[in-house]
Amino acid sequence: MDLTVLLVKGIIILVIFGITLLIATYSTYAERKVAAFLQDRIGPNRAGPWGLLQPIADAGKMFFKEDFIPSQASKWLFILGPCLAMLTALMSSAVIPFADSIRFAWDKVNYEIPVQGIEINIGVLYIFGVVSLGVYGIMVGGWASNNKFSLLGAIRAASQNISYEIALGLSMIAILMMTGSLSVRAIVNEQASFFEWNIFTQPLGFVIFLTCAFAECNRTPFDLPECETELVGGYHTEYSSMKLGFYLFAEYINMFVSSAFISALYFGGFHYPFMNEVGNALENSLGVVAGHNLATVIQFVVFFAKIFFFIFFFMWVRWTLPRFRYDQLMNLGWKTLIPLSILNVVITGAGLLYNFKYASWLIAIVMIVLAAMSTAKSPKREVVPQ
Amino acid sequence: MQLTNRSKQVSNKEMTLAEKMYLPAVVGGLAITIRHFFRKKPTIQYPEVKRYLGPVYRGHHVLKRDEQGRERCTACGLCAVACPAEAISMVAAERKKGEENLYREEKYAAVYEINMLRCIFCGLCEEACPKQAVYLRHDRMVPVFQERDEVIYGKDRLVEKMDDRYIRVANSEVKATPTEPSLTRAAT
Repeated sequence: MDLTVLLVKGIIILVIFGITLLIATYSTYAERKVAAFLQDRIGPNRAGPWGLLQPIADAGKMFFKEDFIPSQASKWLFILGPCLAMLTALMSSAVIPFADSIRFAWDKVNYEIPVQGIEINIGVLYIFGVVSLGVYGIMVGGWASNNKFSLLGAIRAASQNISYEIALGLSMIAILMMTGSLSVRAIVNEQASFFEWNIFTQPLGFVIFLTCAFAECNRTPFDLPECETELVGGYHTEYSSMKLGFYLFAEYINMFVSSAFISALYFGGFHYPFMNEVGNALENSLGVVAGHNLATVIQFVVFFAKIFFFIFFFMWVRWTLPRFRYDQLMNLGWKTLIPLSILNVVITGAGLLYNFKYASWLIAIVMIVLAAMSTAKSPKREVVPQ
Repeated sequence: MQLTNRSKQVSNKEMTLAEKMYLPAVVGGLAITIRHFFRKKPTIQYPEVKRYLGPVYRGHHVLKRDEQGRERCTACGLCAVACPAEAISMVAAERKKGEENLYREEKYAAVYEINMLRCIFCGLCEEACPKQAVYLRHDRMVPVFQERDEVIYGKDRLVEKMDDRYIRVANSEVKATPTEPSLTRAAT
């Protein structure tokens, strides 16, 4: 690889890194605003215009609070916990394909570099590897605190993450079977035309994936690791200042990465309807290089619009649904989502054998019919006054 | 045993499959919250916009002047007697010749002080005053103070200015007003 490619790659990685951090920072602001709006309030509006400087004020506060380590805690593990959480969250953003590629000519050589941290053909495996490491951050933090509540919170987090990761992986296998590749870019490119988007071929897989993504990010309604009512605060009870900030920040990065993956895997990533027509028109009017690069920028924007929608969706759900009880959570994970996702894999496989892409709809329709029948059969539950 | 007739029997019936799938209920909940997202916010942005608290609100004290600009207070001390928090103190003085345009009666308050740390804004001073000299403004709150020497309000802060005379008007149509409610500024 020559120096120009390395330089451009470096710039791309820096931009992606910066954007990830920026979005995670401003997600905290967005979260508060969305929460306020959903509850008929106004939210932060004092720091800067519309409260836009609020994240900076929050960060300042985080930095200046007392950095406290309990005397009985194991010091290095205690510091390592938030670092691990942050590290794994950041690493997973590396394989997201943000847009097609940028083209430029330098020294009479034509370059075409994909807008992605690293373009590897085992992207999906990489993601699962890194995401499953994320639980160590929580586990180590809870263990090192030397606090029973923290430990309980960490254990709950670990068992939750493990049980939902299985369903997460299985729901994605159906897509891998249809694409025949582990590269995230290949999966995105498979969904070039609008009706090829995986949401239309894999509705059940999408619902399972979405649910598991919520559980993986430890977001409400699956935020069992931090449950004030039973656990005081959860795995981060003993954490203060920027260490706590890291944990919370990691959650927001996770949310961003999950949103990016939901839109990349099920909503066509950077593809949008009439993308090729728009790209061709731009290339014809502006020249091949400039037109292509402008089309790439548009793809970038489209992709981020999808991501922002899902970040909003995460928040919307958070301020709508109450937290699950722990046995309900486990039941949902092991007894519902895993069997359903296995069924989805089987049906999709059978569909592929007979060249029928929309096999996943069969389960969805069967479920809807069953539900309708069960509701029709049993009389409506009523509360009888005495 | 039935204690009241308001008790309700709790139904513990098995959920139907549709209910067990949660998703319909989840979608219903999301629909409810998104409607609130676009709803008009009832918040009043307090320091910039103040709610009109009605003509009976008791706020900042004012020592009234009459139409010719003479102080109405005769330092009788009834307000201080009526004050349950003992916040009011005064020193009486006799009107000299040539001061007829300053004080309405022959006796006046040379010093009139209200300790704002003690005042409970009960309004008994207002009721006790036979000369209608002391009022609690309905349109202005006592500002926040940061220094201890700011809390004793003397005549410099209590006696009303002639270009800003206080008149109590009942206006039920006003809900929230900008910072300084101009509607209570009297023209006289």
